Order: sequence, then structure tokens, then C-alpha cells
Amino acid sequence: MTIATASPQALSELDRPNSYIGKTVPRPNLDRLMQGRGLYVSDIELPRMAHVVFLRSPHAHAKIVSIDAAAAKRMPGIIAVVTGKELAAVITPWVGVLTHLKGLKSAPQHAIAIDRVCWQGEAVAAIVATSRDVAEDAAEAVRVEYQELEAVTDMRTALDSATPVIHPALGDNLAFERNLDAGAVNAAFADADEVAEAEFIFGRHTGVTLEPRAVVADWNAAEARLTIYQGTQAPHMVQNIAALHLGLRESQVRVVCKDVGGSFGIKVHIYADEMAVYALSKLLRRPIKFVADRVESFNTDIHARDHRCKGKIGVKRDGTITAFEIDDLTGIGPYSMYPRTSAIEANQVVNLVGGPYTTKNYRARARVVFQNKNVMCQYRAVGHPIACSVTEGLVDLAAAKIGMDPVKIRRRNLIADDAYPCASPSGLRFELLSHHAAMNRLMAMMDYESLRAEQAALRKKNIHRGIGIASFIEVTNPSAAFYGVGGARISSQDGVAVRLDAQGAVICQTSITEQGQGSESLTAQIVGSVLGVSMERVRVILGDTDNTPYGGGTWASRGAGIGGEAALQAAKILRRNILDVAAAILQTSPGELDLAGNAVVNAGDGAPRIELNELARVVYFRPDTLPPGIQPELMATRHFVPREYPFAFTNGVQASWLEVDPDTGIVRLLKHWVVEDCGTLINPQLVDEQIRGGVVQGLGAALFEKCVYDERGQLTNANMADYLVPMSGEMPDIDVGHVVSPTSETELGAKGAGEAGTAGAAAAVANAVNDALRPFGAVITEIPLTPQVILTALGRI
Amino acid sequence: MKASAFAYARATSVADALALLAAHGDGAKVLSGGQSLMPAMNLRLISPELIVDIGGLAELRGVAVSGDVLKIGALTRHAELLRSPEIAAHAPLLAEAVAHVAHPAIRNRGTLGGSLAHADPAAELPACMLALNATVVISGPSGERRMAAEDFFTGIYETALSAQELLVAVELPVARKSSGYFFDEFARRHGDYAIVGLAAQAIVKDGIFADLRLAFFAVGDRPTLAKAAARLVGAVVTPAILSEASTALSKELDPQQDQQASVSMRRHLAKVLLGRCVSALLDRPDLNAGGSA
Ligand SMILES: Cc1cc2nc3c(=O)[nH]c(=O)nc-3n(C[C@H](O)[C@H](O)[C@H](O)COP(=O)(O)OP(=O)(O)OC[C@H]3O[C@@H](n4cnc5c(N)ncnc54)[C@H](O)[C@@H]3O)c2cc1C
Repeated sequence: MTIATASPQALSELDRPNSYIGKTVPRPNLDRLMQGRGLYVSDIELPRMAHVVFLRSPHAHAKIVSIDAAAAKRMPGIIAVVTGKELAAVITPWVGVLTHLKGLKSAPQHAIAIDRVCWQGEAVAAIVATSRDVAEDAAEAVRVEYQELEAVTDMRTALDSATPVIHPALGDNLAFERNLDAGAVNAAFADADEVAEAEFIFGRHTGVTLEPRAVVADWNAAEARLTIYQGTQAPHMVQNIAALHLGLRESQVRVVCKDVGGSFGIKVHIYADEMAVYALSKLLRRPIKFVADRVESFNTDIHARDHRCKGKIGVKRDGTITAFEIDDLTGIGPYSMYPRTSAIEANQVVNLVGGPYTTKNYRARARVVFQNKNVMCQYRAVGHPIACSVTEGLVDLAAAKIGMDPVKIRRRNLIADDAYPCASPSGLRFELLSHHAAMNRLMAMMDYESLRAEQAALRKKNIHRGIGIASFIEVTNPSAAFYGVGGARISSQDGVAVRLDAQGAVICQTSITEQGQGSESLTAQIVGSVLGVSMERVRVILGDTDNTPYGGGTWASRGAGIGGEAALQAAKILRRNILDVAAAILQTSPGELDLAGNAVVNAGDGAPRIELNELARVVYFRPDTLPPGIQPELMATRHFVPREYPFAFTNGVQASWLEVDPDTGIVRLLKHWVVEDCGTLINPQLVDEQIRGGVVQGLGAALFEKCVYDERGQLTNANMADYLVPMSGEMPDIDVGHVVSPTSETELGAKGAGEAGTAGAAAAVANAVNDALRPFGAVITEIPLTPQVILTALGRI
Repeated sequence: MKASAFAYARATSVADALALLAAHGDGAKVLSGGQSLMPAMNLRLISPELIVDIGGLAELRGVAVSGDVLKIGALTRHAELLRSPEIAAHAPLLAEAVAHVAHPAIRNRGTLGGSLAHADPAAELPACMLALNATVVISGPSGERRMAAEDFFTGIYETALSAQELLVAVELPVARKSSGYFFDEFARRHGDYAIVGLAAQAIVKDGIFADLRLAFFAVGDRPTLAKAAARLVGAVVTPAILSEASTALSKELDPQQDQQASVSMRRHLAKVLLGRCVSALLDRPDLNAGGSA
């Protein structure tokens, strides 16, 4: 890893001897997970717990004529077979809209379909049994009579008058449309020397978490309380929604989120089948477990992308970009997801296209349509890969038109590093970005000039390699502007409580959650640094609505920037409180003291004065020995939410070096570079691995992953053999470099890093493939770049 | 998903296994490495009533050379093929091919017999059997029978085996001096079943093919010995001859379309493989310039 500091900033409370900030330290939860002592939902066993299997629709669109479960109910081990109508007695339907997405509409969705199924995989009945296999046996015995309806599958014709309207009450299949016209676009295109246009096609794909979605819901009738064990990114959101639709108060719902085996946005939503599990527990008054199997994960975990975006760019001969224009179309399935809605991705595309560049002329239209396919919603880097691929694809097309090097055209148009604060044509406000510093760093890391020379030499030997560059911006640390202003009860603030225990160790409760990205580690690093306590003495508790402060959780690259700042501020209060007590005990002033090495020390020479262990003993067991009037407070709580900027934007640039075999259409990834700027690096290794993991998901989108639907709305590759996830054998080495521009909105200065890798990886690969294919005159603007797509573009087949 | 309930029997000998199969008819399934059978059962694509586990039968294991014949027991695992010195010496094609089969964990359990009996048209080992001119040894209620690998594979997941029979071994002629081999396949990820693959065994004398067996896989409902190979035998291969063979190959193949490749893409890739194979076996880089001719 390499770090170039753009604007160094002293971090008073953190930049201390033995600080953990900026250090690679092992994650505290590593041993537990490595030794198999993690606790995932599927590990949870409760007394009288039953298992539910959902019978799912084989049709993309059909009326449910009748359900005959008599035979299934008679089978041994079967506790209940519950239909949508029966379940509706305990749970109300919902509509996935938010008011700030003007005009967004959707239809009421039920936990289990009642009289109509709208995608292949929608649940039509719940079979509750003593074990999953018994329930599967019974599922085969449930007879459902369907009357098939015409399925709307092609987003391009979804709005045609000849196409059936999926929800007649809505009038048409248009869920959402947004138009934006900034600057003087027509004049800017007229002013351009060259105009390039293309249609960019993005395959529908999904998150494929190692651990599938899983829930154990336990309604305790005696307490009138529901406990939900679920691997979710947002426990308080789940609490709110479950209570709302089951007719409970939030205090009657506890959400416990232990270990989570990957999430990537898949587990930040409320799924109909999960709602059904909560409701079944209430209906049947016993704990119910649901663990999705791989086939149902493919059919019901949210899908993402699936955009067709027409793009246009104007450029002057000197490389100045005069305007961007896009027309984006995306199909989201039959319902807008709850509660975050399925309009966010298209909305983000409109926001982000052209974002790294100076041109003020930008026109965009985005339309979101309904289809009879699985629901689509936010998955890692929401909208960014689309916006980045379109923008960067257009920039490369423009460069080719005027015969300019792709790096040169970017340098000419990227917003200058000293131009901040400023705003994008779509109104995004940038506090401080570092596009040029990042590009300079990238050029040095990849030795761009030598690589170009190597490419030219190999081309003579009929070896076709390409270099692709993609600059990007990333939305992180969202404020209430993301969901709250639209009426969603999704908290944008987070809270942290820290306390010193009776032996001088620290217990820290945080409302952010952990799905493998290292939330636990970064919280312990911050708290340990501020309190001068070694990390192994900091215990972090997360994922329990009964036992953490109220907050949003971990999504949208917000955990470190928002939850980390709350941890910092809470720890600072506790530190002051500890020093106050210590000063009283030691008969000195707090200003003379500091905390280091698990002890109170002299601020001046660092000499130990009193161990925290001893201080805690006095406070908790011999308060009678303290001077009168002192009431120690060895617990402190702070909350934080960004208020100045709706989002803390980060930036970066990626590059791909790859080889295309023009005879086979197979792409071999040789090397990938990322330079990114997430502000303060709390744990460089965690940041680097977030970037790498994100890149791999982006490379999956670029080359492999696609949910293949046929024209009848059947998902034809819902298994791990046919849906290709990226595997290590095909992955290149990924070099990560950093530029550090901390945000001044927080003392910590951290922005998010969770999605940067995914944002730009596919764009870099697509540009590199086109760069490799330049001698053949082929330009491809579709991902995944399968051999079939490449050979077709080359005219070989 | 969970497999539906089934009964399980651990066979104590080949005779015992055959008796169990005879008693239970079509409801029984042989279990070897389980790497194809278990996923199919877990997806409830098949729900056998009885599993006859032959995994413990030592008589079905091992690689042995006697005279000109290399005999490989049906239970020989992919990983053993990869490591066996006898295979490396006498059937190096097999050692190279098996490295393309799945991933180490699967190769540690999957068996040669299971792969051949399963008869996936995109599998590597069945094609190798054709290229190597193998004889399949089958045990059944009426004793042992032998048949050429070419006749053994009859369609997608279909073979000449009846439900009462066991594949017990294969016999291969040991590789002769001056013989060469070629193996390659195109797959989107390492370890995946091939989009198109080619296992070839040849005898080359003075730059001329004296014999050439080209076994293509994933381009039809079963592995296919290309008749077009005959056009390349017995004369100096020129680009024109190669091109004719390529055209002939294209005509004789009957590939299927799936999510990875269209029919025309499979034909195209088969021709690319042919060019690469001939060029490699004859050590003639000039013949590969127009691999996609
Ligand atoms: C993720 C994954 C990837 C894979 N990739 C590949 C690949 O790239 N290429 C490839 O070729 N294979 C691949 N395989 C399949 C693997 O090679 C299997 O091992 C092989 O196909 C079957 O061998 P087995 O011993 O596991 O057979 P089993 O699964 O035990 O049996 C398969 C079938 O053959 C029958 N059978 C087994 N043994 C006998 C016998 N002696 N006589 C009669 N019938 C018998 C069984 O009844 C069953 O119908 C893959 C498997 C997995 C899980």
C-alpha cells in the first residue's frame, strides 16, 4: 500500500503515541470466526423452534386459482401450511415508495402472495414443519392451480401501449421518472468538434452472499414481544418495519444480529418472506426459522443493475468535454422494494454521470419500469458502476474521436484539486476531492508509459492487450438526505456508548453493524486510541436493538465515517470523565494527566500515575474515599450525523491491464490498480481489503455475472454452476494506493471506502477490452463481456 | 434444498453391489465420489430409493500396467490420476486433462468411473477415453463385458450401462513411442465444464500424422471422435488441407446452444482448437496463424 497525503491534518485526540489509527491491526473477531465459533442465524436453535419452507411460484405472472394443502397437512412433522390470505390476518401489506423521489409509485405487496404472483419465486404458501426436509417433502404435496397471465419481461417494451399493465391500479408500468437539464446542453453539443454516442447495457446480477438470508423469529406471547434474529445491516430499521406491520410498538420488537456471512446490500432490505417469518411466529406462537437455500437466494435476493443507458458526449479538439447526456432505462421487477425503494439506483445514475468532470452541461432522463422478474434494489455501489461505466466509456469514445490519450483527456477535464468546495451539474456538493493527485499516483504505480510501450510491442506479435482507466466519485456518509427526508424511518445518525468496567477494560456499544468489513475493529481502534487502552481490553457490542444506542447500521459506506465519529466523541467524553476522577484521586488537575498504556500517566513525562484498573476499583467499590462532591461518570454516550454536507464524496481512479484472445473472446485479467481517497485511514488493511473485495464484485459484473431470464420471465441460471461468480483463479493482483483528503465535517476525517472498488472496476475493464480490440475496430458497450459478446462484436461468429 | 429420504447400503463386494442393484431395479443408484450424484439429489432432480455406496470396494481401485494394457479401476479418484506415475508415463493425456476437471476438493472425491457413468457431454474424461481408444469394463448380472469407449457414450448423461450394471474399470493401450497428445478446453473460469474442448492422441512420424484421434467434447450430446482427422493423416498438412479439415469438422459436429455459447460459437471454437492442436502436435506455428479461419 502506498499513501500520498494531499492535505495533512493533525488529529489531536487520535494522533497520539500508541494510537491504533492508521495501523493495520488484526480484527478482534478473527479468531472467533476462524475457530468456527461465529454465530450465524442458521446456528441458532431455540426450544419448540419450527422450520419454514416457502412454496414458490413457478410462473412469472399468474392468478392463483386455488391452493389445496390438505394432503401436505396430513404428512408427519407438518405443523401448518399457511397461505397469503391466512397470514394477512396478522400482517399488513406495504408500498415501497418515498416522498422525495417525486412520482415514484408501487403497488401493495403482501408477505405471501394472495391472489396473484408477479415473479417466478414469489412465495405462495408457507409450510411449517419440524425440519426443513420434512417441509420440503410436504411442499411437493401442496397443489396450487394457477392461471397464467402474460409476463412483462422486456424493459424496452414495458411502457408500450400493447404491453399489459402489471398493476392496473397504477395506470402504467412506469414506476419512476426523473429528468434533469443543467447548463446549456444543446449549445454545448453544437459547440463540440466531435460528438460520440453509445448505448451501454448492464446485465442484471445479484450479490451472492456466502451465507444466504436467514431469520429466526420468536414471538413470546407471555411477554408480548417478538425477538428477531437476522443477519441484517440495519437492525433498527427491521425493528421499526416489523412493529409497524404486525401492529406492535417498537419496544415489543427486539432485533438481534450476530455474525453475518456477507451482505453487500442484499441484507439491508425487508423481504416479503422475512416478513412472513415474523408473522408466522406471531400466528403460530413459536419460534420459526427460515434459511434460504441457494436456488431461492437467486430467485428472491434483490437483483441489481439491469440498465440500458444511452449516452452522448461532446468534445472539443483540444480535449475539453462540452456536455454529457444520458437516457437511462431500468426494469425493477413487479414492486419497488421496501422501505428503501427501487428508484434509488436510477436516481444515483442521474446524480453521478459526469461527476468527476468540470463540464456544467448535463442532461439526463431516467425511467424505472415494472416487470415480472425478481425485485431489484440497492446492491453495493448503487448506481455507481452504471454511472461510471457510461461516463468513462463516453470519455474514451471522445478521446478516440479526437485521437487523444485516455489519460490526457481525463487530466484536461477532471475537476482541479484546488477547486473545492464546488458542486456538480446535478447539484452534488463536493467538499474536497483529489482527482489529479489520484491520477498522478496511479500513473506512477502502473508505470503507464512503459505499459503503453509493452502493449505496442506485443500487438506486433498478435498479442492483444489493453489498458482501461476509470475515474470515479463515490457517495459515502449519507445524511438524512438519503432516506429520512423521504419519510423512511431509517436512521442516518448513529450512537456509541462507552464505559469503563470495574477492572479498567472498556465496553463499547455501537449502533453500526458488522458484516465482515471490520466495524468491530475500527470501533475498538478508535476507542482504544482515545482512551489509551489496548484493543484487547475493548469489547465492542453491536447488532442488538435492546443493547445498543439507536442508529442506522452499516450501509452506504457510512459505518466508519458516522459510527466511527460517534465512537470518537463518546470516547473523548469518557476520557475527560476518567481524567477528572483521576485528578481528584491524585490531587492534581486533569490538564496534568493523560491516558496511555491502560493507565493514567503524567501528561508531561508519561510516567504512570494510576492504572485504570485501580481507578475503576476506587470508583466502583470505594467511592467513599473520593473527595466530597465528585460523582464519577465512567460511561458516556454520543451520537453523530453529518449536517453540513448531505454526502461525503470520495474519489479515485482505477486501471485494468488485460489480454483479449480474439479467436476465443476470452479475457484474461492481468493486473488491476486502484487509487482512492477515503480521507483518514483507520485501518489500512481493512480499507485495502474493502477495495479489493469491491473490485472483485465489479470484475464479476464486467466478465461473469448475469441473471439470465428467458422471455417468459424464468430465471434460467439460478445455481452456482450456471451463474458465474468471480473466482480467485481468474482474478488479477489488485494494487491499492491512497490519497488522503480527510473530511473536516468530523474530527475523525474518515469517509467511506466500502463501495469504491465496485464503482469503477467494470468501467476500467470495459475500457481496457475496447483498448485491446482497437486494431479490430470493434467497440463493445455491454457487460458482462462474455466470449459470446466479444466474438460477436469481432464478427467471428 | 435437502434430498428426499433414501435408503443406504454399503456394498461389501462387486457381487454384493450387483445383487443390491438387481434387487432394487431402477430405484437404486450407485454412489462413487458423489460429486455429481449428491448435488442432483439435493436439488431433487433425482430421488433414488436406495443408494448403493461402492466407495469401500478396494477391488475397484488402483492403476496397473500389464503388458500393453493400462488398467484403471473405476474408483480411482481424479486426484489420483493427477498424481499417478503410471498415468504420467503411459497416458499423459489423462494427467493433463484431469487438471481441468473441477477444483481440488472435487478431484479428491470424484472418480473416473463416476465421471464416465455420469456421461456429461462437457466432461473431460469421457473424451480422453475416446482419444485413448479405451475399453470400458462392465460387470453385470450375467458377468463381465467389454466395449469400446466410442460405443459406451450414447447421449446426454446416457451410456450403454443398464441400471443393473457397474462400470468396474477401463483399459487403455499404453502410449507408444512417437506418440503425442494435446489437450485444451475453453471455459469461462478455471475448473468449469468446458464450452468446447479437445483431447487428442497422435502418432507423428517425420512431421506427418501416422494416426490422429481427435475427441471433441461439449460440442454434441456426447464426446465425438472427429472423422475430419482422417484428412490430416498420411500427408504433409498444408494450410489448405487444414482449412478443408476445419470445414469438414464444422459440418460433422452437431453442437447445442446453452447459456455459454451459441451453436455457431461452438463450431467456431472447435475450429480454433483444431488449428491449435494440429499446430502444436506437428510443432508448426505457421498452421495456427489462422486459427479462426
Ligand atoms: C463444482 C463441481 C464442478 C465440476 N466440474 C467438473 C468438470 O469441470 N469436469 C468434469 O468432468 N466433471 C466436473 N464435475 C463432476 C465431477 O468430476 C464428478 O466427480 C464426476 O462427474 C462424477 O464422479 P463421482 O465419482 O463423483 O460420481 P457420483 O456422483 O458418485 O456418480 C455419478 C453418476 O454415476 C453413477 N456411477 C458412479 N459410479 C459408477 C460406477 N462405477 N458404475 C456405474 N455407475 C456409476 C452414479 O450412480 C451417478 O448416476 C464437477 C463437480 C462439481 C461438484
